[in-house]
Amino acid sequence: MKKMVALLIVLSLVLSLSVVVAQDKVTLTIESWRNDDLVIWEDVIIPAFNAHYPDIEVLFSPVGDPAQYNAQLAARLEAGTAGDLITCRPFDLSLQHFNDGYLASLNDLPGMDNFGDVAKSAWITDDGSDVFCVPMASVIHGFFYNADIFAELGLEEPATEAEFLALLQAVKDDGNYEPLAMGTNDLWEAATMGYQNIGPNYWHGEEGRLGLIDGTVKYNEDGFLEAFEALARWIPYMPTGYQALTYPDSQNLFTLGLAAVYPTGSWEIGVFNSQADFAMGIFPPPLPEGAMDCYISDHTDIALGLNAASPNQEAARTFLEWMTTQEFAELYTNQLPGFFTLSNHDIAVEDPIAAEFLSWRGECNSTIRSAYQILSRGEPNNELELWRLSAAVLNGALTPQEAADETQAGLDAWYMPGG
Amino acid sequence: MPMNKSRKSFPTHIVVFLAPAVIIYTLFMIYPLVDSLRLSLYAPAQAGGEAFVGFQNYEKLLTHELWAPRLQGALKNNFIFFLFHMFLQNPIGLLLATLLSSHIVRGKAIFRTLIFTPTILSFVLVGFIWRLILSPLWGISGDFLAIFGIENQPWLGLENTALPTLSLISVWQFIGIPMMLFLAALIAIPDELLEAARVDGATAWGLFWKIKFPLILPTVGIVSILTFVGNFNAFDLVYAAQSELGQPNYSTDLLGTFFYRTFFGVQLQPGNPTMGATIAGVMFIVILTGVLIYMFGWQRRLLKLEIEL
Repeated sequence: MKKMVALLIVLSLVLSLSVVVAQDKVTLTIESWRNDDLVIWEDVIIPAFNAHYPDIEVLFSPVGDPAQYNAQLAARLEAGTAGDLITCRPFDLSLQHFNDGYLASLNDLPGMDNFGDVAKSAWITDDGSDVFCVPMASVIHGFFYNADIFAELGLEEPATEAEFLALLQAVKDDGNYEPLAMGTNDLWEAATMGYQNIGPNYWHGEEGRLGLIDGTVKYNEDGFLEAFEALARWIPYMPTGYQALTYPDSQNLFTLGLAAVYPTGSWEIGVFNSQADFAMGIFPPPLPEGAMDCYISDHTDIALGLNAASPNQEAARTFLEWMTTQEFAELYTNQLPGFFTLSNHDIAVEDPIAAEFLSWRGECNSTIRSAYQILSRGEPNNELELWRLSAAVLNGALTPQEAADETQAGLDAWYMPGG
Repeated sequence: MPMNKSRKSFPTHIVVFLAPAVIIYTLFMIYPLVDSLRLSLYAPAQAGGEAFVGFQNYEKLLTHELWAPRLQGALKNNFIFFLFHMFLQNPIGLLLATLLSSHIVRGKAIFRTLIFTPTILSFVLVGFIWRLILSPLWGISGDFLAIFGIENQPWLGLENTALPTLSLISVWQFIGIPMMLFLAALIAIPDELLEAARVDGATAWGLFWKIKFPLILPTVGIVSILTFVGNFNAFDLVYAAQSELGQPNYSTDLLGTFFYRTFFGVQLQPGNPTMGATIAGVMFIVILTGVLIYMFGWQRRLLKLEIEL
């Protein structure tokens, strides 16, 4: 028994000592779904931060499966075991964490004035009184193409939908390549790379999106219906067995040079640069008949917030403040080509494809995915409905009109515009 | 002496021996089950926290125009999933067991091991391997089916073929279990019975249906109820192969995936623990009903039969 007591005393001494040591050097843990970025955080971003603040250790700790991030993060926040810094999904998911008291308000964080209102819009309360995440990056939708195949078949970047469909027909007639690299198995591909990619041109970007929110625009009328109809025109050009192809399948179809065009977004640049051994090009979503103005989905995608329960508030704020600087904006934008900083700093983008994506911001009007703000608060969830119904349209299981009616009915079931 | 007797009569050893099982089972099975049923009677309150709502969640799940079709769809899919196992996996398992217990088949140990192996593989692995085999892009199913003149389809991607395909994958994986149970029962049949029947001139066919099958009826019952409980709890394979959304268009949605999706949330949809608990409650009721039917409708009659014999 005496031995036990002595052991306990020694143990508690050691423990208290280690606490003292830990106070000297703080370790911050970052929760994230971006496991693809692990190397860049560990080798580039964190060392750059430590050059200024050597006493703060930072641990980037992403989840294994990005699709599990939301559920795992919620569980960890509830249990009080989440890291100090939380990577924020845009809009309601993070808003809910803030309203539940899991995320701290960052209104008084120095450097927040480096971000414009649009940049902050995804991580701010409805009344605009509290901002709770430091915006990191947005992604821009568009189409990649295999420039070698285009050269071989004598094709050019299409500007209009008619040209786009003619191009796909030409690839199909040639017969050696799949016109489109796309699958509907994972559902989100149909909605994100299909519907939300080409849609803004049909519903006029923010005009349509905000119209949905205030109730003046419907999913089963005009632009939002036309976008479903435009999506249905892709059916003849989908690859063999596309109903069972997954997202990695379509990525491989394209990077192996088996398909001509890949509808997707700027986040693919990093992967494609390392995997595709042919020349690549990109073009923005083609314009519908008679349209003059172009619209792009420039989706505010990722930000970093502060766990309100973190014991290292001061160090975490120091890190967040550093994230508002020009240095971080440059590092992030150039190390992760395709993720574009949301800050007002003037950044030189080195990757040519990333630079071209970014140049569309000057030519076209930016908007975000239609279901992300407010409209995915109830059940059925508008974004998930779009996943399922866009895939059903591409699978030919539903007509565009049926899918559009069902989307609107799902929204009408719980959403009161202005209420 | 009477005092001594009463002291003796308290069976301390029984309590001691029962305690570990009772405590562990109560702590990790009964308590969570009861607590989950309790949770299903609550709903998130306006002011935060949870408020008691009685059976409103169940009413919502059964009658609401958004919830009811999902529940019906999941129940229907679950039932189809169960029928595939009941009428394909179990009869084939019985056939294999009969072959493996007969004297004419060689290399029984090899077959037994090969057929049983998929059972011990992880769901993730099985889901992934079959996705690859059936992939319209890289899979070998196209070349294989071409031998029989069958045109390849995106089997897991079409609404009308996804669930049967998934059921068959599951049958492939788990056929070893009924096979082993039937085999054990068949081997246990005394040889004298079979020899006596043969001497009386029974054919192999008659031997099976008149002697072997009646004697393994208890095992048929156990295999059926295990299949039922296993299938209505199924989740892993669908999750691994088709994600928690039961794609495409909910055509492979089972009660398990419906529960997971509701309880934990998906992508932008936050989790709803109280409705999730309600779905778990429905699953519990469905399984309980099946087990009760088995116990009173089947097991009792078997017992009676044994007594009469």
